[in-house]
Amino acid sequence: MVKIFEEFGSYLLLLKNSFARPERATMYWNETFRQCKDIGIGSLSIIAIISTFIGAVTAVQFAYQLKTINLVPMWWIGNIVRKSMILELAPTISALLLAGKVGSNIASELGSMRISEQIDAYEIMGVNTPAYLVGPKIFACVIMVPLLVVVAVFLGILGGWAAGLLGGFYTPAEYLRGVTDNFKEYDIFIMLVKAVLFGFIMATISCYKGFYVKGGAIEIGTASTQAVVLSSIVIIVVNFFVAFLLL
Amino acid sequence: MIEIKDIKKSFEGHDVLKGVSAVFETGKCNLIIGKSGSGKTVTLKCCVGLYEPDSGQIEYDGRNITAMDFNQRKVIRREIGMLFQGTALFDSLNVEENIRFPLDMFTHMPLAEKRDRVNFCLKRVNMENTNKKYPGELSGGMKKRVGIARAIVMNPKYLFCDEPNSGLDPKTSLVIDELIKEITMEFNMTTVINTHDMNSVMGIGDKVLFLHNGQKYWEGTNKDILQITEGELFDFIFASDFLKDLRRRATY
Repeated sequence: MVKIFEEFGSYLLLLKNSFARPERATMYWNETFRQCKDIGIGSLSIIAIISTFIGAVTAVQFAYQLKTINLVPMWWIGNIVRKSMILELAPTISALLLAGKVGSNIASELGSMRISEQIDAYEIMGVNTPAYLVGPKIFACVIMVPLLVVVAVFLGILGGWAAGLLGGFYTPAEYLRGVTDNFKEYDIFIMLVKAVLFGFIMATISCYKGFYVKGGAIEIGTASTQAVVLSSIVIIVVNFFVAFLLL
Repeated sequence: MIEIKDIKKSFEGHDVLKGVSAVFETGKCNLIIGKSGSGKTVTLKCCVGLYEPDSGQIEYDGRNITAMDFNQRKVIRREIGMLFQGTALFDSLNVEENIRFPLDMFTHMPLAEKRDRVNFCLKRVNMENTNKKYPGELSGGMKKRVGIARAIVMNPKYLFCDEPNSGLDPKTSLVIDELIKEITMEFNMTTVINTHDMNSVMGIGDKVLFLHNGQKYWEGTNKDILQITEGELFDFIFASDFLKDLRRRATY
């Protein structure tokens, strides 16, 4: 139990130091842009593929259920796909996916830098290493994850439309009616809150696990796994509380 | 001059340094030698501030670094250059960017001036025209030389080298030793080298500190060390029976 509090304490300290005043703002900006490119552009294709098929499978599943009941009009599927993608599937599935891809990458990158003494080299130079190495990664995740989630929503809805057309469940006009009917901006707000929180969680946990690695290659692997598992658990728990409090 | 006074450091109840004191002189190569686990690396890391000593003081020309906070230490850290055992070059940056990094971060020099400085340092370590190469494309000896170039780019007053010859063949080791010695004299730096390479001790050891079990066991010059005839230091210097035999033959 004491160890958990100690770990949480060092996590908070790392966070505090990550937001310290930069020595040279342009260097930090460059690093943040580099991270944004790696995290955003680097994850775009996988997010596009996954979200398109999630939207498609959601449409197929609901078409199957509604056909069986035969009480609800088929244009509702567009509405269900939109709601599901915005409120749940796009932010949560994207975050879990990114926790695996980006989180493990961050933890192993920082872990390797720690083991190969690169972080020590920065410290000897007088660089505030949490601020230079961790801060830009947090900013990049908080900026890029919401953008990727927005892309996921659009492609998921597009996937639902394509699946419906292929399966002949509904006409494009019916689907469009469902997608646009009873649209609430508040749903977008909840989606963005979730995306920002999930981006923050995956970045900070992965950075923490990677930054304090001790040992060698095995420990880097362990830290990377722990970063993914812990980020995923925290994301799922936080997802529940956000839904519980905001819906 | 760097003075360490009664430094103690323990890890999880295990005493690694049990009160080490020494003076590292300016313009000289000060060597810390000792067996693996004797506390050499911990002493070096305490000196540069990577480890906090449990007690004792470390003074850089009278400035006590152990009593300073992070921001105060920054001033001294910018006067320090360090060559790491594994060189610690940044993988994602090429040679020029690696060397230029401290200049980019801490100076307002124009880019052309920074490039001149980088090229000067590369020339000094005989690594001209390697600016665009990445660390993965360099041999062990070349990486060490780039590491030295990065360490001296800010004109440091203090140079620390952790096992500069580890993983190098004897000939390249000599080149690196000579380079460190030349740079120390040329820029009048206080150089502290952590090694267990006896060739380095005999070649460049202006001052030698032998650590044993976390304590200072012996201190002197590389000329004094040859007078040792028994004890832990003798066993360290003449570690093999072959060397002991050579020594006996030379004596008689």
